Amino acid sequence: MLTMVQSIADAQRVALEIDKNVLLLGEDIGKNGGVFRATEGLWEQFGSERVIDTPLSEAGIVGSALGLAMGGFKPIIEIQFLSFITPAFEQIVSHVARMRLRSQGVFSTSMVIRAPYGGGIGAPELHSDSTEAYFVHTPGLRVVVPSSPYTAKGLLLGAVASPDPVLFLEPLRLYRTQKEEVPSDYYTLSIDKATVVSQGEDVTLIGWGAMIPLLLEASRLLMEQDITADVIDLQSLSPIDEETLFASAKKTGRVVIVHEAPRTCGVGAEIAARLSEEVIDSLEAPIKRVAGYDVPYPLFALEHAYLPSVKKVVQAVMELVYFQ
Amino acid sequence: MLINHLLPCGTLTDAGSSFWRTLSINEKLDLLFFLRSVRMLDRRMVLWQRQGKIGTYAPVEGQEAAQVGSAYALDKKDWVFPSYREQGVAFTFGISTTSIIQYWSGRIEGCKPPIGYRYVPPTVPIATQLPHAVGAAWSIKKKKETGIAIAYFGDGATSEGDFHEALNFASIFDLPVLFFCQNNGYAISVPFAEQSATKTVVEKASAYGINAYQVDGNDVLAVYHVVKTAKSKRKPALIEAVTYRTGAHTTADDASRYRPEGEVRIWLNRDPLYRYEQLCLKEGLLDEDQIEKQDQQVAKELDRTMREVEKSHPNPSSLFTHVYHQIPDWLKKQQEEAANDVNHGSIHC
Repeated sequence: MLTMVQSIADAQRVALEIDKNVLLLGEDIGKNGGVFRATEGLWEQFGSERVIDTPLSEAGIVGSALGLAMGGFKPIIEIQFLSFITPAFEQIVSHVARMRLRSQGVFSTSMVIRAPYGGGIGAPELHSDSTEAYFVHTPGLRVVVPSSPYTAKGLLLGAVASPDPVLFLEPLRLYRTQKEEVPSDYYTLSIDKATVVSQGEDVTLIGWGAMIPLLLEASRLLMEQDITADVIDLQSLSPIDEETLFASAKKTGRVVIVHEAPRTCGVGAEIAARLSEEVIDSLEAPIKRVAGYDVPYPLFALEHAYLPSVKKVVQAVMELVYFQ
Repeated sequence: MLINHLLPCGTLTDAGSSFWRTLSINEKLDLLFFLRSVRMLDRRMVLWQRQGKIGTYAPVEGQEAAQVGSAYALDKKDWVFPSYREQGVAFTFGISTTSIIQYWSGRIEGCKPPIGYRYVPPTVPIATQLPHAVGAAWSIKKKKETGIAIAYFGDGATSEGDFHEALNFASIFDLPVLFFCQNNGYAISVPFAEQSATKTVVEKASAYGINAYQVDGNDVLAVYHVVKTAKSKRKPALIEAVTYRTGAHTTADDASRYRPEGEVRIWLNRDPLYRYEQLCLKEGLLDEDQIEKQDQQVAKELDRTMREVEKSHPNPSSLFTHVYHQIPDWLKKQQEEAANDVNHGSIHC
C-alpha cells in the first residue's frame, strides 16, 4: 500500500533501474529526498551521478536537461512547485517543445518535467497555482496529471517511456490522502487517454488531479437525488482524449468541467469548445464550468473561497438538470 | 590581457610567429579560404535580401576571424550551439551553404544538421543556448566521450540570466564546455558600456571560478590558438573575442542611428580578412591570381546554390512532421486540413 508520493518515488526507482540513461535532476532531490519526499531513498540507492542535486536554477535545470536529452540521456526533472516553473518557461516553450521540430527529428527532446501543483493544503503564497493551460497551449509538449497512487506510477512510467517531452503535474493535495495497492514492478498506463472512473446516465463530470475525489463525492451526493454521473478523469491534458469525452457527453447530454485554474482560457474552455463543435446536437443544456475565479491564487486564508467545492459542483449539475 | 598574434597590418607578433610555425600549409590556406568564402557568402546574403530572395538577414562582416578561427579549432564530434549570426561558424564547421541559405529563406530544412554532425539549429532567443551546451557537455562527460561543447553568443547575452546559470552549472559540475562570446560592441543599438557594469566580458568568469581568455577577435590566428588551447583543457572556459560588427544588426536595421562613423572607420582599419591575407601573400603561400581564381569558384558555387534553393518549395504538410515523435492521429486531421487547403489554392506557395 503506497501513497501517491511514495508511488511516484517508486516509479522513479523503477525507471532508474531499467534504463541507465535515466537521470534525476532537481533542487533538494538528493540527500533530502525532495521537499515532498518524492525522490526518497533514490540518492542513497543510485548515487549522486544519477540523482543530481542541482543549483537553485530552474532555467539552468531545464536547459541543461535538454542538452542531456540531445546527448542521449533521459532526464526526469523535479520543479519544486509548478508556481516556480516560470524561470524555466522560456526553456520549456521555446526549446524543449521545439528542438525536435527545429532539428527536423535529429535531436531528442525526450524528458519528463515533474511538478507538484494545485492548492488546498494551506501552502505559503505562490505555491498553489495551476498553470497547466500555458503548457497545453504549447505544441510539442504533452501534459499528464494522475489522480491516485496507482495511476501516478503507471502514468509516470508511461511518461518516461514517451519519446516526447512530458510535463507531469502532481496534485500535491493528493500526495498523502490515499493509500492503495501499487504493483512494485514496471507497468505503464497510456498517457493519451482519459478514464471514466464512475459511470452514470444524467451528467458528465470532467476533471483531473485533485478534482477527481471531489467529483466522486459530488457524484455520491447527486445519487441521493437519483442523478447519476459519468466522472471522467482526463489524465492527459495534452492531447485531449476527445473520443471518451464525446461518447460520454452524447450519452448524458450534460457536461460540467471542473478545474482549479482560473476560468478564462483554462483547459475547460478548450474542452467546452470541442464539445460545442462536435456534439452540440446531443446536449440538453449549456456546458458548465466550475473553476477558479479569474484572480491570482489567493493566500491560503481564502483558498477555500477560491477553489471548486463539492457544493459548487452539485449546484452546477442541478442547474443543468433543471435547465429549461 | 588581450591575446594577439597578428597585427592589423598583417605582421605577426612574437607569440604569433611561434604559433604560425606550428601550423601546416593546409591549415594556413584553409583559414584564408574560409575567411574569404564567409565574406563572400555574407555579402551575397545581404544582396539577396535586398533583392527579395531571402528574408531578414544578420550580417557577419567584421566578425569573420572570430567565427572562422574558433570553428576551425573544432572537431566533427564536438557539439556546436550557435546563435543567429554564426554563418561563418556554420560554413567553417561544414554546414552546407544550401542549409544556410534555406534557413534565411524561412525554410526549416535549413535547421537540419548533416548526418553525424552535432551542429544545433541557430538559437534566436538570447543566451538560451548556453544551458543546452552545458547539458551536451554533461552528456559528453557522462559517456566519457572526447569532444567538447561550444556555445556562441554576443555581448548582449551576458546580461541574460541563462548566461549566469549556464556558467554556474558548468563550473559546479566541471564540464567540457566553451562559452565563446563575440563582443562586437553592440547589442543591436546598446553599446557594451551600457550593457555591462564590468569593462570586459572575461572578468565575469571569476564569479564562477572558470578559466577565461580575452582574444583579439579580428585575429584569426589568435582565436584559433585560444580555442584549441581551451578545448584541450576539457574544462569550462569563457572566451571573449573582441571584435566589431561593421554592418548593421540585421538588414532591417540602420546602424548609423546609434553608431559614430569614426568608430566604424577605426574598426574597418582592423579588418580581419585584410590582415590575414597580407600575411599569406607576404609569406608567399599564394598570389593574388590564385586568390582571385579561388574566389571565382566559390562565387559560382554560391550562385548555383541560391538558384537551387529558389527552385524548391516547402510542403505545408511538413508543418506537422517532427512536432511530436510521430504525428498523432488528432494532428493528422489538421495536416489533412492543411493539405486540402493547398489543393484548393488558398495557400500560395
